Amino acid sequence: MGKFFAITILVIAILSAIPIVMHTWEAPTDISTHGHLIDEQMSETMAEAGISFLAAQFLLAFFVWQFSNRGTETKLKSFPGGAKALVIAALLVVGVEVLALGVFGVKAWADVYLTPPSADAMPIQVQAGQFAFYFRYPGPDGKFGPLHPERINEGSQEFFGLDKEHDVDSRDDIVTAEMAVPVNKEIHLLMHAKDVGHSFFVRELRVQQDFVPGLDVSLHFTATKVGRYEIVCTQLCGLGHYNMRAYLDVLSNDDFNEWMKKETAMQ
Amino acid sequence: MGMKHLVMAGAVMLAASAVALAGPAGGTVSGKVTYEGTPAKMKPIDMSKEPSCAKMYTTPPLVETVVTGSGNTLQDVVVYISAGVPDDPAPSNAAVFTQKGCRYIPHVLAFQVNQELKITNEDQTSHNIHPLPKLNREWNKSQPPGTPPISEKYDKAEFIPVKCNVHPWMHGNFAVMKNSHYAITGDGGAFSLANLPPGKYTVTAWQESYGDQSQEVTISGSETKTINFVFKAKPY
Repeated sequence: MGKFFAITILVIAILSAIPIVMHTWEAPTDISTHGHLIDEQMSETMAEAGISFLAAQFLLAFFVWQFSNRGTETKLKSFPGGAKALVIAALLVVGVEVLALGVFGVKAWADVYLTPPSADAMPIQVQAGQFAFYFRYPGPDGKFGPLHPERINEGSQEFFGLDKEHDVDSRDDIVTAEMAVPVNKEIHLLMHAKDVGHSFFVRELRVQQDFVPGLDVSLHFTATKVGRYEIVCTQLCGLGHYNMRAYLDVLSNDDFNEWMKKETAMQ
Repeated sequence: MGMKHLVMAGAVMLAASAVALAGPAGGTVSGKVTYEGTPAKMKPIDMSKEPSCAKMYTTPPLVETVVTGSGNTLQDVVVYISAGVPDDPAPSNAAVFTQKGCRYIPHVLAFQVNQELKITNEDQTSHNIHPLPKLNREWNKSQPPGTPPISEKYDKAEFIPVKCNVHPWMHGNFAVMKNSHYAITGDGGAFSLANLPPGKYTVTAWQESYGDQSQEVTISGSETKTINFVFKAKPY
């Protein structure tokens, strides 16, 4: 019975490792300049966790195979050095592993969060609210007008609370329900939530960042492949959460200018 | 023609002659609602996050907070007698508010206190209807596609903005009226309030973005009085 159990452990461990090793489930195409860093980090984490998992399962199977049929009168042997040495050894192994992941991951993290966007990055503001995203481009003047939350009126498509009557900077701002960006252009995304916590997730961009109400969170990315991608909210935000999405259109420069013209005319 | 049809035809004729004999029951107040100045541009609604609704339009529909017609006329204005008539009991028919193409049809729905309000969803998506009353009890209800109409009523007169908690661009209004003397202006901005017994009345016109204004009018006999309302449009 003990030997059967040991074999079962081995079979489960090996079967669950096969799809990972064979890359059965491919990650979606990476369309960003920083995405390969995230993907490498994911692979390293997977490799490290996977090897630890397999090693632990093999050890478990070995011990079950070896010792499950021993008689009740056999005396248990203790770990060399006692329980204290065992705990210290375990702490060291796990600690080194976690620290190593952190060290490997610093480059990806720094690239996204610690490096400021370049001076010519295109600013786009995103307003997250129950249950839709809206986007704002600063227009020809390059300046965003201030937000007046009390002026938000969704019934008249005033999603940001702009005061075009009094704020000159707001007059040429362009508000859209889809996010279009020119390909290979760095985007500086300014994130703002009007009600509760939300999240901005585009899997192809390898970007997933929470909105925090009251905080101006910002990040930057460069999309490298023309196409249409889904932006979804990945932070449970209420009953319409399942339906909170928008589209990211990565366009060629000419197409982007066309799109911007069309959107400007609709303001 | 069967017996049943004969009886029905007879009933229709009787009813018609009764209306003809009774004649106009009273006076009428009619007129037009217009604006002066420049109204804000009504923006197109981008529904791309809800493809089943977006595909119902070849050109995106416009916001309806100010709907204008030719000759500076204003549509969707509720014109009603705010003083001078007693409150009426609720009629037995239901007022129907439809969610179609991720919009509310009609944009402004007027009905009476305690009259049945029926809300239907003709879309392929779930809606969450959320009226925002100040005097009545507030509620919000989900309505998945294919589910039966929601039946509700309001027991106090007021104007209630309505929104959908799933689709932020959806916006409409309920006008809960005390009496049966009300009208909503259509394409030409015209209204007509009929069957008013002789007396002095306050006529009020309400537009969701521009607020309301009132005029006094005195009706004697079966005359038709003309009064017009002019709202000052806001460019922003």
